[in-house]
Amino acid sequence: MIPENLLYSASHEWLSLEDGVGTVGITHFAQEQLGDLTFVELPEIGRTVEAGEEIGALESVKAASEIYAPIAGEVVEVNPELENAPELVNEDPYGKGWMFKIKASAEPEELMDAAAYAERIAEEAH
Amino acid sequence: MDNLLTTPLTSWHREHGAKMAPFAGFDMPISYRSILDEHRHTRTKASLFDICHMGEFMLTGDRALESLSRLVTQNLATLAPGKCRYGFLLNDNGCVIDDLLVYRLDPGSFMLVVNGARMETDREWIKERLGAGAELEDISQRTAKIDLQGPEAFKAFEQVLGQPVKLKYFTFDAMHFEQEPLLVSRTGYTGELGLELYVHVEKALALWERLLEAEVVEPAGLGARDTLRLEIGLPLYGQDLDEEHTPAEAGYAGMLKSEAEYTGKTRAFDVRESLVPLKLDGRRSARHNDAVLTSEGAAVGRVTSGSFAPSLGYAVALAYVDAQRAGDKEFLIDAGRSQLRAERVGLPFFTEGGARKKIE
Repeated sequence: MIPENLLYSASHEWLSLEDGVGTVGITHFAQEQLGDLTFVELPEIGRTVEAGEEIGALESVKAASEIYAPIAGEVVEVNPELENAPELVNEDPYGKGWMFKIKASAEPEELMDAAAYAERIAEEAH
Repeated sequence: MDNLLTTPLTSWHREHGAKMAPFAGFDMPISYRSILDEHRHTRTKASLFDICHMGEFMLTGDRALESLSRLVTQNLATLAPGKCRYGFLLNDNGCVIDDLLVYRLDPGSFMLVVNGARMETDREWIKERLGAGAELEDISQRTAKIDLQGPEAFKAFEQVLGQPVKLKYFTFDAMHFEQEPLLVSRTGYTGELGLELYVHVEKALALWERLLEAEVVEPAGLGARDTLRLEIGLPLYGQDLDEEHTPAEAGYAGMLKSEAEYTGKTRAFDVRESLVPLKLDGRRSARHNDAVLTSEGAAVGRVTSGSFAPSLGYAVALAYVDAQRAGDKEFLIDAGRSQLRAERVGLPFFTEGGARKKIE
């Protein structure tokens, strides 16, 4: 459940970078740890963020967590489906559960490839 | 984690992939698949809950009735054998030591069902205050409690155990399962039609597996149990009930009908704060201990329980609020980074449960 073509942050966001626009979501591992999501707070379109900046929030029945921007840039789109169907993040974290798009203002830094991320979560699971 | 107690079903839960966590000193299942699925399954079909962490005491003797009447808020004078009643054990300040069910098994014997985390406190409190002619026996270690809850619960029970259930709400029957006594009580913590079953621990696993043979029955964990009970506004001891608040503050003044002089009675009706049901504006949840503010921003209370309500589609909460402001229509909840708007509503939040449904 760790797609090869994505980049990953230590806070469990994934980033798909295409023509300077990055699509962001949380990983399968992250949604599994949180359990059924009941609320997703997304950033406002037009907001500019630094890499690593807190940009949104997630709640499940039993937990709450933050979303961090994996790359610097401007938020250009958010997934409108998540307001009333946060369960899409659980059902399809790399597809229909995408959260927002950022027009990157810098190159990605300190992100992991799939192999490094797999190692990372293997450690965390212990 | 080493000192956690187990139930007769703990191994079963682990073998079936449950997420486990400590609760009331026991290693308990929080969920097997998804809390939301388990919640919905309970509201539409029937779910099985391991509730073995709760405590059971037997109280017997010629003077059991009088002794117990002096300790609990239940009006035992009108509690006939075959019935059970909800109420409280109070301290001298009229505040809640525990909430409990009292079953009248026969004229001179009662079963008390108490919270797991309060078992020892309750036992010592009661023992010290029992007069001659009444004896308390803690049967928790040999008693398993399994809840079968949901609109299909009765049908499922009859299907796999071959015994029809015709109980009215808050009554019970003595039955048998594999030659062992099985106490079948029409009560629960979900707002749905349902049963609470008490059996010897040695039969717990067999009974659990038998009930799961019914196609509509799935196991559910304490996660769903918590969202189910909050949707109907039932209090959880340690959050919504504690030794700082009276039953009247928790909204139970109307249930205090006993004419006996029970401990704490003179102060049981005191109200400094009131437990207020709140409907939140949206899906974002308030959490235990979040501050409650008036609409002008003055702090007037604290959230005791809060969650997204899966059957309603928005978040709800219970909060103790200063009695003088408890009648306000609107509040704000300080949930850390953001303030949530909350509206005072009535209980239950979820009104479609079949707990009281008439059975033909």
